[in-house]
Amino acid sequence: MATSTVSDDATTTPGRPPTDVPPPPPATKRSAARARGERSLAAAPTTWLVWAAMAAFFIFLIGILVSVVVDSFGKPWFDSWLPDHFSTSWYSDAWDQFGMAHIIAVTLIVAAAVIVVAVLVGVPAAYLLARRKFPLKRTITLLFLLPVLMPPITYGIPLATVMYNFGLGRTLTAVILVNLVPSIPFVIMTMTPFIEQINPTIEDAARMSGASMAKVFTKILMPLLIPGILAASILVLVRTVGMFELTFLVSGPSSDTLVVAIYRAMTAAGGGEARQLISSMAVVYTLTMMVILVIALRFISPTQLVARVKETRED
Amino acid sequence: MSVRTIRRSGAGTSSASLRHRLAERGIDTSLLMLVPALIFALALFIYPFSYGIGLTFQPSAATQQAWGGGIFANYIAFFKDSFVFDSVWLTMRLALPVAVFNVLASIPVAFKLRHRFRGKKLLTTLVVLPITLGTVLTAQGLLIFAGRQGWLNRFLIQIHLIDQPIQFVNNYWGVVFSLVISGFPFAFLLISSYLSGIDPSIEAAAKVMGANWHQRFRRVILPLLAPGLATTSILTFVLAFSVFPSARLVGDAMGATRVMSLMAFWAFGEQNDYPMASTIAVMMGLIELVVIALVLLWRSSMYKGSSGGKG
Repeated sequence: MATSTVSDDATTTPGRPPTDVPPPPPATKRSAARARGERSLAAAPTTWLVWAAMAAFFIFLIGILVSVVVDSFGKPWFDSWLPDHFSTSWYSDAWDQFGMAHIIAVTLIVAAAVIVVAVLVGVPAAYLLARRKFPLKRTITLLFLLPVLMPPITYGIPLATVMYNFGLGRTLTAVILVNLVPSIPFVIMTMTPFIEQINPTIEDAARMSGASMAKVFTKILMPLLIPGILAASILVLVRTVGMFELTFLVSGPSSDTLVVAIYRAMTAAGGGEARQLISSMAVVYTLTMMVILVIALRFISPTQLVARVKETRED
Repeated sequence: MSVRTIRRSGAGTSSASLRHRLAERGIDTSLLMLVPALIFALALFIYPFSYGIGLTFQPSAATQQAWGGGIFANYIAFFKDSFVFDSVWLTMRLALPVAVFNVLASIPVAFKLRHRFRGKKLLTTLVVLPITLGTVLTAQGLLIFAGRQGWLNRFLIQIHLIDQPIQFVNNYWGVVFSLVISGFPFAFLLISSYLSGIDPSIEAAAKVMGANWHQRFRRVILPLLAPGLATTSILTFVLAFSVFPSARLVGDAMGATRVMSLMAFWAFGEQNDYPMASTIAVMMGLIELVVIALVLLWRSSMYKGSSGGKG
């Protein structure tokens, strides 16, 4: 609308160079109202469409969540809106029948081990990639990127074959090792931009004052890196607890994490376990994840994963 | 002059000078910090992957007998065995529409959620929530919520939109729903962070020059967003392409959603035919590379340069 006025203006008066002249303000009433900084109350149709689609998405999402929770508490629930009565017996049944304590312990041990190793290995590498130039840097960066870009099952199957060949199949070690494959690159990818935005003169000053590399790391960088490491650890935690494919390929009954245990219960021979048992396990899983998510969102903004976000200013 | 003298004097005799010259090219002892990560990448990624590729050329006796072709028997089986090869089409039919939908749907949502408004954090959290649900819970929820006795069908019958319960799960659509629920938040996250990397003053400038909404989007935002869109499309596609648990749980594992990862796992876990499983896995990787290459080709025809921010 407005631009057509501008171009008309420019073509009809060729004597005036169009760049020097500010475009005449569009004279319609709506834009005049906008210019005073007000917004029209009636939203555009596209806005309504977006909100409707969002609403549909949330209805599905909430429906999925709530129905699992209701199912996990419902005693008999077949052909009605809500179950006849509620009880927590499915939880105690699932707890005993599947050895939930053991499964949760395995999940936490795997997650903790993966976080510690991934941070210890990934952060120094991220530091070098952020701060230094060296030969083959592009190749090495690509090497670290590949496991994140490839779907887990493409490298998971050869990896699992190797694990079985080494006699590590179905062990806890194998589960930890396979989960490290995407986690280390992930730590490197999240930490590299984080380190880049730390002012390098701080380290230079420390080094000029005679601090060794180790000292620079422990005394100068560590305190500055803690928020980034925390964010990366939480993300690795979410990924590891939620990682299905890789864990599933190498784990056995004694080394199943929670997701894999739920999957196995759902697909067990003979139509799987009672639906409500699985629902209660799924609720336990979701609660765990949500606690992690809430903690995570206290430390990081979700849009911070790719770029450091500059809050868009209101226009 | 002085530089040359130093170099010549320390050519081979002094190790300090060699170290100095290497350090000038960026090689010194601090590079050792890279070693652990490299070892892990080589031992747990490069080695198994090359081993897997080698394995594809060592077909099992059964495969060799059935399909012939010596060391290429696995590949011949992959292309000729319609049971296996059809899964490529089945996977594409699922992954491509879902990836396109997720990316296209998250652009307007990211735009709407770009501005500051009350409850933004809550809304963003809600959108991101499904990432933590995981495929297994989403599958269980879909089975209950959208199943024949579920609330969705019950509601649709109640308002007389349908007479009979619609089959939403255990077919193609069940997997599509589950992929949208898990993939859309992911695409939204990526796109909104790319969007926030675009300097708002560029758009403001276009607005001052009199560009309307459509022109601003088409000529300013879209070219700047193109790299982000390409990356997001690739990642969402990878996510949808490797669908595995939901294809089994809410899909029709022996019919419409017999995807490649299911076939690969079937060969691995149930037939113990590791060479064939590796072949399917390698072919999955190859097909994906082709799609990624196509996306990058499209992206290279778009604007390349700074987006003003750090996008």
